[in-house]
Amino acid sequence: MVDVLIVGGGNAALCAALMAREAGASVLMLEASPKEWRGGNSQHTRNLRCMHDAPQDVLVEAYPEEEYWQDLLKVTGGETNEHLARLVIRASSNCRDWMRRHGVRFQPPLSGALHVARTNAFFMGGGKALVNAYYRSAEALGVKVRYNTPVTDVLLEGDRFVGVVTGSGERITAKACVLAAGGFESNREWLREAWGRNDRGEWPADNFLIRGTRFNQGVLLKCMMKAGADMIGDPSQGHCVAIDARAPLYDGGICTRIDCVSLGVVVNQEGCRFYDEGEDFWPKRYAIWGRLVAQQAGQIGYSIIDRKVIGRFMPPVFPGVIADSLPELATKLALPVETFMRTIDGYNAACRPGVFDHTVLDDCRTEGVVPAKTHWAQKIDTPPFYGYALRPGITFTYLSLKVDDTAAVRFADRPSPNLFVAGEMMAGNVLGKGYTAGVGMSIGTAFGRIAGTRAAAAAQAA
Amino acid sequence: MSAIDTLSDLADQAKRELDANAGEVDRILHICNACRYCESFCAVFPAMTRRLDFNVADAHYLANLCHNCSACLYACQYAPPHEFGVNVPKTLAQVRRHTYIEYAFPKAFGELYRRNGLTIAMAVSLGVAAFLIATIMIRGSLFVHGLEGEFYAIFPHNMLAGVFGAASLFSVVALAIGVTRFWRQVSEPGKPVPLANAVGEATRSALTLRYLDGGHGDGCNNEDDAFTLWRRRFHHLTFYGFMLCFASTSVATLYHYIFGLEAPYRISSLPVVLGTFGGIGLLIGPAGLFWLNMRRNPLQIDERQKTMDRGFIALLFSISLTGLILLAWRDSSAMPLLLAVHLGFVMGLFMTLPYGKFAHGIFRCAALLKYSIEKRRPNPVQAGAD
Ligand SMILES: Cc1cc2nc3c(=O)[nH]c(=O)nc-3n(C[C@H](O)[C@H](O)[C@H](O)COP(=O)(O)OP(=O)(O)OC[C@H]3O[C@@H](n4cnc5c(N)ncnc54)[C@H](O)[C@@H]3O)c2cc1C
Ligand code: SF4
Ligand code: SF4
Repeated sequence: MVDVLIVGGGNAALCAALMAREAGASVLMLEASPKEWRGGNSQHTRNLRCMHDAPQDVLVEAYPEEEYWQDLLKVTGGETNEHLARLVIRASSNCRDWMRRHGVRFQPPLSGALHVARTNAFFMGGGKALVNAYYRSAEALGVKVRYNTPVTDVLLEGDRFVGVVTGSGERITAKACVLAAGGFESNREWLREAWGRNDRGEWPADNFLIRGTRFNQGVLLKCMMKAGADMIGDPSQGHCVAIDARAPLYDGGICTRIDCVSLGVVVNQEGCRFYDEGEDFWPKRYAIWGRLVAQQAGQIGYSIIDRKVIGRFMPPVFPGVIADSLPELATKLALPVETFMRTIDGYNAACRPGVFDHTVLDDCRTEGVVPAKTHWAQKIDTPPFYGYALRPGITFTYLSLKVDDTAAVRFADRPSPNLFVAGEMMAGNVLGKGYTAGVGMSIGTAFGRIAGTRAAAAAQAA
Repeated sequence: MSAIDTLSDLADQAKRELDANAGEVDRILHICNACRYCESFCAVFPAMTRRLDFNVADAHYLANLCHNCSACLYACQYAPPHEFGVNVPKTLAQVRRHTYIEYAFPKAFGELYRRNGLTIAMAVSLGVAAFLIATIMIRGSLFVHGLEGEFYAIFPHNMLAGVFGAASLFSVVALAIGVTRFWRQVSEPGKPVPLANAVGEATRSALTLRYLDGGHGDGCNNEDDAFTLWRRRFHHLTFYGFMLCFASTSVATLYHYIFGLEAPYRISSLPVVLGTFGGIGLLIGPAGLFWLNMRRNPLQIDERQKTMDRGFIALLFSISLTGLILLAWRDSSAMPLLLAVHLGFVMGLFMTLPYGKFAHGIFRCAALLKYSIEKRRPNPVQAGAD
């Protein structure tokens, strides 16, 4: 019998596997996906939010614990656990040497992401390069990996882990186990249920796109709920951003973002604006736009810009719909022309003169239009005009297994002796809602490592 | 059909292929430009961020900036089986193959060579060797005793200098015409930059094979996602081996014309020492590159480029091998035969130089220089300042 069984094959699973193996345990990983798709959402990531008190290789200046904590507190609106959050923050300050030892390489921020040069360490080549490095290291250390092996059930004796059942009906037992199988973001049925039906009679989640893997179906979350494990979080909470409506249903990843929202206006299907597009820099706002678009009819929005701002934002992956006049653009986007023109004319008339500068919170704003646009408000008047349709894109869900700082799964507030959890499956302990870039990987790395170490110790004790 | 028709057919077909390949570059680089995860692997991605669309000239430029290290294939979240099917190294390799044809002079030669580089390289070499052997046999016997390495007793020095001088001049002119046309097409006017710095940087990048270290020093990919430094090492051995052989020939030429010293030179003489070390490098380097080439994951490359790659590798290896054998047995009666074979391969190299893999070095240096120049200019795309 193997010492430690790891369910999942993303960042949290790999961190757990490596730590358990380094602690001397024999380790078997079960990854639901085939090898080409291994690594879940982790293969789409680009960086890790890191605390540091002084400049550190690719990280400039300092990002002290307290500031990191305040940032988390702010984005979660207090729905976090200070003890666990601080544990993650501290772990982020010293995990990178270990990551490097296992082949992960860091680089300065990508162009277009300089605003996080101080807070986030970028993976050279992105998350897939990180995942590849971890798999190489794990296999070199003797970790066994089985692909195409989805786990369908967990076998327990009371609160003690016994084994799992795989998709093919095979029973695999182990002395201890780490669950790191992601959230339920890939499960469209469950999303539908969680988001429910709106006043218009629509099921908003039917129009969501999933930014990451198709394999995070939430099977393990369901199993553990059924087994009576302690849960935390609201199933409708998660990271949800506005992305290109033409993105594929799964695995569209980072490149499907549309970065021109703050440089123009956004209208809904009725041709009306619905939120201040210039409230703040786009990277700080794109996560609220997922929800904003989800609240519109048909869960769709249209970002409208003119030629003036071309080349001022990260180039989108698909070309925009182009027209030489605004009515023509409305027609091409199937928007009601009259309302659309009323919206744009009203907005244009409300734009106050200012000095446009997309690199600062400039003084171009509107007056007398609702909703106002508070920065980067320029008239949309220079053909050609461009339109990009937006849809909500789900990154990951926050519904989680409740844990303390040992990463143990809990039943009626008592920790299991040999069952642990890491990554998205427990991220909701720290992230009740909201998000700040790079914290997903910080949580997965910190708790993956804790869970792996604890599982190895539990196996040795057994 | 006449030969002219066949050639123009081939040219049409090449043009269609090039357009399709350049179109694919445009498609995938739109995805990369929105993603940018691979930005610090090499120069291709920073160069990409200066553009929003990619025309045929951009495709040639970026293709020659790529060293096919393949880091960006294994790291790509959109690589097959993803529906976006992003494969940067393969796509750029396909365009690169066209660069060698498109800018070859005369173009028809390039067209012929790309179809069967290995065969042509070998046929030319062996043909020349056979011709030389025949010449010797007409004049006397192939096996002569007592020559003691007197090469010029077989082929007079002036004849050798004349023939090889003409062949190398032809290569240099053909390559120069090609690279000039390439340079004109890929560079657009812009703010003048401190050229010395740019040239210095490009030279350093070329001489150190900077971009074969993967951006992190672990090397590049060959069979799978694991990194290896062997490609860089073998490439260094090949390049510097070649340069030592070149230096050996140059020194020998100086000895001959300036100091009136005639070959054969002593084992401890500069030309022989340079040539021997160069020859050893040129034996191990190409052999290693061939070994890696055999094992390279087909996903990473343009299969049709293989014949070009292997033709060049085989030539270098054969030149070096026959050269070292000649050195070892230069005092034996087999010397005339060995000399003829060695000269055949050298001639084969010279004659195919502008059309084979050698051209990659020239186009790559031009692309590196262009990169060093343009990166010193402000980025025309001001997207990244969020
Ligand atoms: C497009 C995108 C970009 C992101 N960028 C960042 C970023 O830059 N920084 C950051 O910090 N976070 C980012 N995130 C969030 C980040 O991906 C997650 O927080 C983190 O990867 C979670 O790691 P994990 O190991 O828990 O989950 P995953 O990496 O998703 O791993 C879950 C694994 O479990 C496997 N699995 C699922 N079900 C089963 C089953 N039943 N049996 C066996 N195996 C199963 C899956 O195949 C997968 O391998 C991003 C997410 C997305 C989608
Ligand atoms: S190769 Fe793939 S991962 Fe790299 S920049 Fe291009 S799209 Fe992104
Ligand atoms: S294969 Fe290597 S050199 Fe070529 S584009 Fe990719 S990372 Fe750059």
